[in-house]
Amino acid sequence: MNMHQAEVVDHVEASGGYRILTVEVPSLAKTVKPGQFIHLRIPRMDGAVLRRPFSVYMAHGKEMAVLYKLVGRGTHSMKSIGKGEILSMIGPLGNGFPMLQSLKVPVLVAGGYGVAPLAFLASRIKKKGIVFIGGAKASDVLCVKDFKKLGWEVRIATDDGSAGEKGLVTKILDEWLSVLNPVELLEFFVCGPDGMLKAVAERAKRLDHTAWLSLDKHMGCGVGACLACVQKIKRNGVVSLLRVCREGPVFEASEIVWE
Amino acid sequence: MTRSKKWPEMGVTIAGIKMKNAVMVASGTFGYGPEYADLVDLNKLGAIVVKGISLNPWNGNNLPRLVEVPGGLVNAIGLQNPGAEKFIKEYMPFLRKYDLPVIVNIWGRSVEEYVEVAERFDSVKGVSALELNISCPNIKHGGIAFGTDPRMAKKVISSVRKRTRLPLIPKLSPNVSNVSMFARIAEDCGADAVSLINSLPAMVINVETRKPVLANVVGGLTGPAIHPVAVKMVWETANAVKIPVIGMGGINNAREALEFIIAGATAVAVGTANFTDPLTSLHVINGIEEYLKRHALNSIKELIGTVHT
Ligand SMILES: Cc1cc2nc3c(=O)[nH]c(=O)nc-3n(C[C@H](O)[C@H](O)[C@H](O)COP(=O)(O)OP(=O)(O)OC[C@H]3O[C@@H](n4cnc5c(N)ncnc54)[C@H](O)[C@@H]3O)c2cc1C
Ligand SMILES: Cc1cc2nc3c(=O)[nH]c(=O)nc-3n(C[C@H](O)[C@H](O)[C@H](O)COP(=O)(O)O)c2cc1C
Ligand code: FES
Repeated sequence: MNMHQAEVVDHVEASGGYRILTVEVPSLAKTVKPGQFIHLRIPRMDGAVLRRPFSVYMAHGKEMAVLYKLVGRGTHSMKSIGKGEILSMIGPLGNGFPMLQSLKVPVLVAGGYGVAPLAFLASRIKKKGIVFIGGAKASDVLCVKDFKKLGWEVRIATDDGSAGEKGLVTKILDEWLSVLNPVELLEFFVCGPDGMLKAVAERAKRLDHTAWLSLDKHMGCGVGACLACVQKIKRNGVVSLLRVCREGPVFEASEIVWE
Repeated sequence: MTRSKKWPEMGVTIAGIKMKNAVMVASGTFGYGPEYADLVDLNKLGAIVVKGISLNPWNGNNLPRLVEVPGGLVNAIGLQNPGAEKFIKEYMPFLRKYDLPVIVNIWGRSVEEYVEVAERFDSVKGVSALELNISCPNIKHGGIAFGTDPRMAKKVISSVRKRTRLPLIPKLSPNVSNVSMFARIAEDCGADAVSLINSLPAMVINVETRKPVLANVVGGLTGPAIHPVAVKMVWETANAVKIPVIGMGGINNAREALEFIIAGATAVAVGTANFTDPLTSLHVINGIEEYLKRHALNSIKELIGTVHT
């Protein structure tokens, strides 16, 4: 973990309501792993005291990118960030996804901006797998091209049916699982809203597969000091409150104690 | 500890603790040390005040525990901590490696608990002082109740005083009409210094759901918004007691820290600003040094309590 001065090299719209911010930050780009995040100080946000956490979407050579959704004050202020601007970021933060276990097929399940760390993960896995992407509408389905370029199979579901199948991403996941050879060894990597994480965790448990979930909690410091982001985790029979920013954001599904 | 001979003199002494400068990091905003150690050279800080410790482990409040507001944040962490034993075993060896005074912030739900946790630290190597949190708004029992009732304040401070040899720094509540009275109670009970301010009780409501944003319903406001309130209270307190005062509340830069010193604080603590920029405390130290030079002062001590009113 370090403080970095990152120079903006590109900042574009990805689809309606989502943008991609690319920065040159060699030391960070070289070391960051899929599932890790950065804590960004958003410029020109008057009266703001907190940074905002974003998963790394891409890291290549000297460059690193985040893919973000416009939700509130911070992310809307980010729109004004221009090329050449210097941004302060802390990173890499968090544990990141573990390496894919040998002999296993990677199954990624993404909701909304949760696709960002998974696209980065897919780019670092040699084996080709399958990704299920869910969103409210077509513009919430991102990175499809990234996965296709890597030769991954992509399945899509949207709430309104404007892209892929109509319904929840777990519906198309269930359909796929039901026709699968039961001896196939799967390993799930999941990032999205809590409801989706929980639903995938249930399926992984039922079918006895490993699932890695990346959690999204409101953060203060991002480095483990403030205890704003804790999650109940059961390890070796002991339940404790672990910090999503430090011991997470990725946890094995069976360790998570859902409230 | 080697005292620097360089000009101007930045060092101060609080409750017998020699600090290389007057800038510490505030309880709850800097963890137990390791969290920020990759980013901040801990040897450069005047002191660290660690996150509040109780006798037994404590889980704190449900989430959300923190929300940003204009000019600050409202938190209701609820004093989650691993308990004294685990803190001593897991964090003190790390902290002892640094040339850094360690002030342990303690709290309890009863006078007995305060006393027990204080006693536990008496023989722990590397602990420079105890900060007695009698002002946290985020737990249902104790905390703020001790800091807003003169009799309770007297009881808890004098009870702890009798049972510890460590310097004692009660942390005063800003939620009283007369803070200097509580400072005098602390002084009379044998406190070595006082610190203030803790967070101000606050509430944020989501108008769409009409629900409080924080799971705990209410929390404590900190950050730039509370700075002028804190300066006023530090000024009143410094005028009321002879023991040193540690000032905090909304410090983002050297100027805001200097306001506390000029108002009468011997040292200051940086809190919420650590989240915004982890290097704030170091910038404050450099800024104070630059100020002393610019004003041709030989020592920060020449500045303490020099406000012209
Ligand atoms: C580890 C981690 C990785 C993340 N990665 C990404 C990413 O790759 N792309 C992306 O678009 N977003 C990501 N987020 C979420 C992102 O941090 C929030 O959307 C952002 O902080 C909102 O800031 P804001 O000022 O625009 O919204 P605010 O005005 O602060 O809030 C707007 C809304 O978002 C909610 N919110 C605020 N912060 C968070 C948070 N941390 N998590 C969940 N909800 C929040 C608020 O309750 C409110 O409803 C990540 C969050 C975490 C914890
Ligand atoms: C997230 C958070 C946690 C805190 N935890 C504690 C604590 O455990 N004990 C305590 O005495 N004060 C605690 N405080 C209060 C700070 O030490 C300090 O008094 C207050 O934040 C005012 O300073 P600031 O405005 O610079 O943040 C906490 C503050 C914050 C923001
Ligand atoms: S965000 Fe502060 S501990 Fe995780």
